[in-house]
Amino acid sequence: MNAIDVGYLVQLSFIVGAALFVVGLHQMNSPATARQGNRLSAAGMVIAVSAEVLWVTQTGVGLGNWLVIIGGLALGGGLGLRTARTVAMTSMPQLVSLFNAVGGGAAALLAFNDFISLGGHRVLAGGAPGLDGWRTFFIVADIVIGSVTFTGSLIASAKLMGRIRGQPILLPGGRILSWLVVVCSLSVAIVLILAGAGIVTYDVGVLNVLLIVALACALAFGVLMVLPIGGADMPVVISLLNAFTGTAVSMAGFVVGNVMLIVAGALVGASGAILTRLMANAMNRSIANIIVGGFGVAEGTQASMTGVDGTVREVSVDDAAIQLAYASKVVIVPGYGLAVAQAQHGVRELADLLEARGIDVSYAIHPVAGRMPGHMNVLLAEANVPYPQLKEMDDINPEFERTDVALVVGANDVTNPAARADRSSPIFGMPILDVDKARSIIVVKRSMGRGYAGIDNPLYVNPKTGMFFADAKKGLQELIAAVKAL
Amino acid sequence: MNVSNLLDYLTVFVLAILLGFEVISKVPATLHTPLMSGTNSIHGIVLVGAIGLAAGADNPLSAALAFVAMAFAGANVVGGYWVTDRMLQMFKRRPVPTTDKADR
Repeated sequence: MNAIDVGYLVQLSFIVGAALFVVGLHQMNSPATARQGNRLSAAGMVIAVSAEVLWVTQTGVGLGNWLVIIGGLALGGGLGLRTARTVAMTSMPQLVSLFNAVGGGAAALLAFNDFISLGGHRVLAGGAPGLDGWRTFFIVADIVIGSVTFTGSLIASAKLMGRIRGQPILLPGGRILSWLVVVCSLSVAIVLILAGAGIVTYDVGVLNVLLIVALACALAFGVLMVLPIGGADMPVVISLLNAFTGTAVSMAGFVVGNVMLIVAGALVGASGAILTRLMANAMNRSIANIIVGGFGVAEGTQASMTGVDGTVREVSVDDAAIQLAYASKVVIVPGYGLAVAQAQHGVRELADLLEARGIDVSYAIHPVAGRMPGHMNVLLAEANVPYPQLKEMDDINPEFERTDVALVVGANDVTNPAARADRSSPIFGMPILDVDKARSIIVVKRSMGRGYAGIDNPLYVNPKTGMFFADAKKGLQELIAAVKAL
Repeated sequence: MNVSNLLDYLTVFVLAILLGFEVISKVPATLHTPLMSGTNSIHGIVLVGAIGLAAGADNPLSAALAFVAMAFAGANVVGGYWVTDRMLQMFKRRPVPTTDKADR
C-alpha cells in the first residue's frame, strides 16, 4: 500500500472510531445496554489508536520514538489498569477527577510542544504559515483550559481523598489573587495570539517565556479555583472539570489537525456541560455561585430557627421494625451518610427481607446524593440492589403519597420540606424528595445534628416522623435483626 | 491553518457538540457516574495526538513531553474503560441471590 492509500484508511478508521463513540454513548441510555455501549466505545478507541500507529509507521519512526510511545503507554496504561481494578466504588469521584487531570494535562502538553517546537521558529522565520492567529488561539486555549483542568482536578481529587481538607479553604487575599492570575493569563494569551497573527513581533525566546507565564497562571488558577469549594459541592466541580477536559481535547484536535480529537472532545464537553447544569439545578445554585464560593463559607446561613417548633418523637427499633414489616410500600431514601457509614449492604439486606414479606420496596435517589453525579446508584448497584428499584427524584416524588413508610438513612437537606415552603430558608427552591408526604417516616440518624447546609429540618418534628437514633450501619443491623425476629 | 481547514473543523466541532447534547440528555440519572467515567475514557483519545507527537519528537524536550503525554493519555484510556466496565457489570435487573443467601 502506498502512503496515500494508508492515509485514506487511517481517516476512515477515525470516522469509524468516532461513530462507535456516538453509538456507545447512545447505548448508555439504559442499564441493559450500557455495558455493551462502553465496549463499543472501547473498540472505537482501539481502532483509532491502531490507525494512528499505522500512520506514524508510514512516516518512519526512530527507535527512540518507539521507546517513548511504548514506554509511556505501558507506564500510564499499567498504572491506570491497576487503579481501575482495585479502586473502591466510594472512591470513584476522586478517580474520575484524576482521569480529568491526566486528560487535560495531556491535551495541554500537546499544544505546549506544538508551540515550542514549531510555532516560535516559524514566527521568527517571518510569519510563515504554520503559526497563524487562529492556530495560536487554539494552542493557547488548549494550554490554558488544559492546565486549569489539570491542577483543579488534582486539588478536587486530593480533597475527596482527604489528603487536604474537604472544607472550603480560604487563602488570605485568595480572591484577588484569583482575579490577578485570570487577568494575567488572558492578557498574555491575547499578546501571543496577536504575535501568531503577525500583528506584533517578538523574539522566539520572549514568546516562549510568555507562553510559560500563561501556563503558570492557568495552573495557579486551577488551584485557586477549587481550594475554596466545599466537599458537598464536588458533584458540580467534577462535572465542570469534565467539561473543561473535553474542551481542551477538542482544542488539541484543532491544533494537531485531527478531526477525531475534535469530535471526541466535543462529545465529552457536551456531557460535562449537561451534568454540570443538572447538578447545579439539583442544588438550586448557579454555577457561578458555586465557583465563587458561598454556601459552605457564608456564616450568614446560620440556622434559621423559624417555623421549627414541635417535639421530636423517638421510635424504638422494635416499633420501627413493625412499621416496616407491616407496610405494603416502603421507599428507602439513602444519603451520603449511608455511604460514609458503608451501610449499602445493610440497606439492601433489609430491603430483601421486606421484599420476601411481599412488600414493594424502592429507593429514592436525589441527584446530589453522592459526591458525583449518579454516585449513589453505583454504590447501591455494588450492593446488589437491582437497578429497576433505583428511582429518580421526579419519578418517585408522586409515589410518596402512596407510601406507607419512608425510611431515611443518612440523608438530610435533600428531604427538608423547608426548601418547598419556607421562603426564608437558605435552601428554599432546591428540589427535594417529598418524604414528608409519606404516611409515616422513619429517620435513621446519629443525632439531631444539622446537615451540610447547617439548617434545621422540620421533617424531624413532623408528627408522622419517628426518629431512630443510631449509626447508619449499626441501626440497620438492629432493624434487620428485629424484622427477622417478627 | 488555512480558512477552509478552520471552517471544516468548526463545522465538525459544532455538530459534535449538538450531537453530544442530543445523545447524552437521554442518559438516565442512574447511569450518570458510568457516563462520566465513560466519557472520561473517550477524552483519552488525546492518546492519538500523543502518538503523533511522540513519533515526530526530534529533540529531548519534545520526547520528554511526549512521554508524559503518552503516560497520561494511556492511564486515561485503559483505566477509564476498565473501571467503567467494572461499574456497569454491577447494574443488574435482578441479582442472582445465590452467594449472599448462604452467609445469612
